[in-house]
Amino acid sequence: MSKVHVTTSINGDSTEYLCDPRETLLDVLRDQLNLTGAKEGCGTGDCGACSVTMDDRLVCSCLVLGVEAEGKEIKTVEGIAEGETLHPLQRKFIEHAALQCGVCTPGILIAAKSLLEKNPDPTETEVRYWLAGNLCRCTGYDKIIRAVMDAAAEMREAA
Amino acid sequence: MALDEYKPQSGDAELENKELKYVGTTPDRPDGLDKVTGKARFGADLSLPGMLFGAIVRSPHAHARIVKIDASKAEALDGVKAVVTRADFATGLEGEYGFVLENVMAGEKALYDGHAVAAVAATSALIARDAAKLVEVEYEVLPHVTDVDKAMAEGAPVINAAYADASVPEGMHPNVVRHHESGHGDVEAGFAEADLIVEDTYVTEAAHQGYIEPNACVAQMGSDGKGELWVCTQGHWYVQKHCAALLGMETAQLRVTASEIGGGFGGKTTVFQEPVALALSRKASRPVKLALQRSEVLRATGPTASASMDIKIGMKKDGTITAAEGTFRLQGGAFPGAPMEFSAMCAFACYDLANVRQVGWDVVSNRPKQAAYRAPGAPMAAFAVESVIDTACNKLGLDPLEVRLKNAAHDGTKASWGPRYDQIGMVATLEAAKAHPHYSAPLEPGQGRGVASGFWFNHGGETSVSLSLSEDGTCQVSVGTPDIGGSRASMALMAAEVLGIPYENIRVTIADTATLGYNDVSHGSRVTYASGLATIKAARAAVEKLCQRAAAKWGIEEDAVKWEDGCAVPSGANAGDFDPLPLAEITATMGSTGGPISGHFEATPEGAGVSFGTHIVDAEVDQETGATKIVRYTVVQDAGKAIHPAYVEGQYQGGAAQGIGWALNEEYVYGEDGRLQNTVFLDYRIPVASDLPMIDAVIVEVPNPGHPYGVRGVGETGIVPPLAAIANAVSNAAGVRLKSLPMNPPKILEALEDQAGDA
Ligand code: FES
Ligand code: FES
Repeated sequence: MSKVHVTTSINGDSTEYLCDPRETLLDVLRDQLNLTGAKEGCGTGDCGACSVTMDDRLVCSCLVLGVEAEGKEIKTVEGIAEGETLHPLQRKFIEHAALQCGVCTPGILIAAKSLLEKNPDPTETEVRYWLAGNLCRCTGYDKIIRAVMDAAAEMREAA
Repeated sequence: MALDEYKPQSGDAELENKELKYVGTTPDRPDGLDKVTGKARFGADLSLPGMLFGAIVRSPHAHARIVKIDASKAEALDGVKAVVTRADFATGLEGEYGFVLENVMAGEKALYDGHAVAAVAATSALIARDAAKLVEVEYEVLPHVTDVDKAMAEGAPVINAAYADASVPEGMHPNVVRHHESGHGDVEAGFAEADLIVEDTYVTEAAHQGYIEPNACVAQMGSDGKGELWVCTQGHWYVQKHCAALLGMETAQLRVTASEIGGGFGGKTTVFQEPVALALSRKASRPVKLALQRSEVLRATGPTASASMDIKIGMKKDGTITAAEGTFRLQGGAFPGAPMEFSAMCAFACYDLANVRQVGWDVVSNRPKQAAYRAPGAPMAAFAVESVIDTACNKLGLDPLEVRLKNAAHDGTKASWGPRYDQIGMVATLEAAKAHPHYSAPLEPGQGRGVASGFWFNHGGETSVSLSLSEDGTCQVSVGTPDIGGSRASMALMAAEVLGIPYENIRVTIADTATLGYNDVSHGSRVTYASGLATIKAARAAVEKLCQRAAAKWGIEEDAVKWEDGCAVPSGANAGDFDPLPLAEITATMGSTGGPISGHFEATPEGAGVSFGTHIVDAEVDQETGATKIVRYTVVQDAGKAIHPAYVEGQYQGGAAQGIGWALNEEYVYGEDGRLQNTVFLDYRIPVASDLPMIDAVIVEVPNPGHPYGVRGVGETGIVPPLAAIANAVSNAAGVRLKSLPMNPPKILEALEDQAGDA
């Protein structure tokens, strides 16, 4: 099958690639662009490890085709920190020991960031339901929820 | 120190009384930055020049003879570079190597749905998957069996008539492959003394470890017989040894590097796709990445065993257990190895019993080869035993924690599985649970409370650590146990404590198989205990050298120098003669004062202290829908000594959460056709954030005499009590005893209906 030329923006960098029309955005990010921060936990939209945003919308990149990124703005975990400065969520995840193996962390950070952009003051229940699409097998979520709530509080204070 | 030389020394305890500066604090983990920025490289995150992608062809049948494999169409596809089958692996392997090879790539028979029968490598993942579909396999389908009780019954299809070992008595079905018996006292006499006897059968389904990172590796084999493997594993020396054997190569010629690992829980203590990737690479003469898809992980990597168990307990009116007996039938898939002896040995290990007897049966069936899952065998046994104890408590109107306290194992108790306990924390966890506000908090209508205790052995295992100092006074530690949940931080804390230099000045690396001595797998809750002990010993060896250099400089006896707060200090008759000499001053000139300073330690430590935990759960059961909500959860567990308490809490919380999934939801569902029906996370549903409450983690510290700081492993015990604690809570809430896992809504409704029918 002949490949399709795609022009897109990834973490603010304009990017071009050729992809098979069947190839997912996740595969393009990981296998072609070497952006391996987004992980494949399931490939079926059930685990959230591959979470990215597309024009600020939270999506599972395993359910998006590479060709769909045409003309869009994609953001991945690699683009969350500003240079050397970590995003408050990133700092709080380390501080609260909110990761054990860390394979779910990129997806959860992307999802949590998109929550806080919509709702800067979520309740515990709101955080739990927003993150219900991001599986973590290690932590039992306790410390993840605390880290997100704490980051939200800090961001509200700073705002 | 030689393997047999090492015995936990009482001298190790000297540090316990000293005030600890680093151990017990909660600094940021050294690999935190990489893991929150996406830089950390996991199994599938490496790419090599010219790399191919692999895909595995799997049997759609539960049991079938492989008549013929025709790969010609696949090979003809543009981009396909290699196809391998069993013919591409070593021959004549016996014992465990033989089983592992048979599991990794089927020979004459496919033994379960998803069993690998061939594999391809191609220039892209899409082509590899297309090619896999073009491999034509002709099967002769055979009758199958996937249930443990049916697999033991007369007339069940035989998986392999040669499996059974000498422990199995005559007359058993050939699918019964191993047998275990242990205990002490006279159970019949004990039952005769009881005021109440409770006897029941309990069953659990297989659950998967459910690590979020599918098994993945990148293999590179050269025509010179040398190989490199990058893999997410709990134990790269194990991988090295097994892959070398399966490929018929020399162990030392294969260098294995452990990537970051996205969860394992026991499931990554063996090999699945690694030997296949190496075989493909050898055939194609190019690097091959082989990452499993989630459905392959569920169908063909190890879930835990499923179990069917009979428990009988005799109790006096005051709660004293007079005798206990259990039979544990475990199904571990198509190969011997279900952890039935661990079920049997752990079942009553929490208690001080005069009369106890336990029997285990290892049964094979047409399911994937089970792999270890956190305290393998123990959670199901605890489910059965602790449910029966709860039933007895309810019948006699006794408080379940009081009854456990009355019967609790303590220092010196002869364990149900043989030895006498050293210093243990069973009573301490019960006392802490009783004192916890959770235990006395009122319940809402519709809610029930459950408690349960659990035990796990913990493990030592072969361990090597190497530590070296740099001229600027910083330190590098090489350990061989992959960091699954923050162990780099614990190692750095322990090294900092001994050396007396800041935590931040220590860098801990997971060494590959070519750069450090052999290390057992990260399993058995052994890492903080064994690699920790080895790190401490290696640091002490370096300290000894530092003291020697100071002694030489000062011209005093070596034993007149002691190490304090990161400095060599003259002591005894020479006390005060010289200013303390900081580590960095000694290392600055080490090249000219005797050479580089390092320390290393190799041993198989055997002082891993056993560990106990007690969980308290409140559950709410909707009588109309049968749905259960966990409303409050408290874990109390003995850590011996928490090196990094935040990561200890994390282990407790994670164990509880996995237990909640196993108790309420997770199960392997096989159809009549013997095929696994729930092969994606949507259908194999593990707990999500909105399913769970906060999980309170209480760390009890009863020091382990076998470790310098008293560490006991903490990774596994946390999954032992939950199945039982939740079952007790659910049963108390629903008013009917649940005896089968998972306790999903249909099962709870059925139990409620049965009870209404009986009434
Ligand atoms: S990999 Fe996309 S949701 Fe799991
Ligand atoms: S930290 Fe391992 S899956 Fe979340």
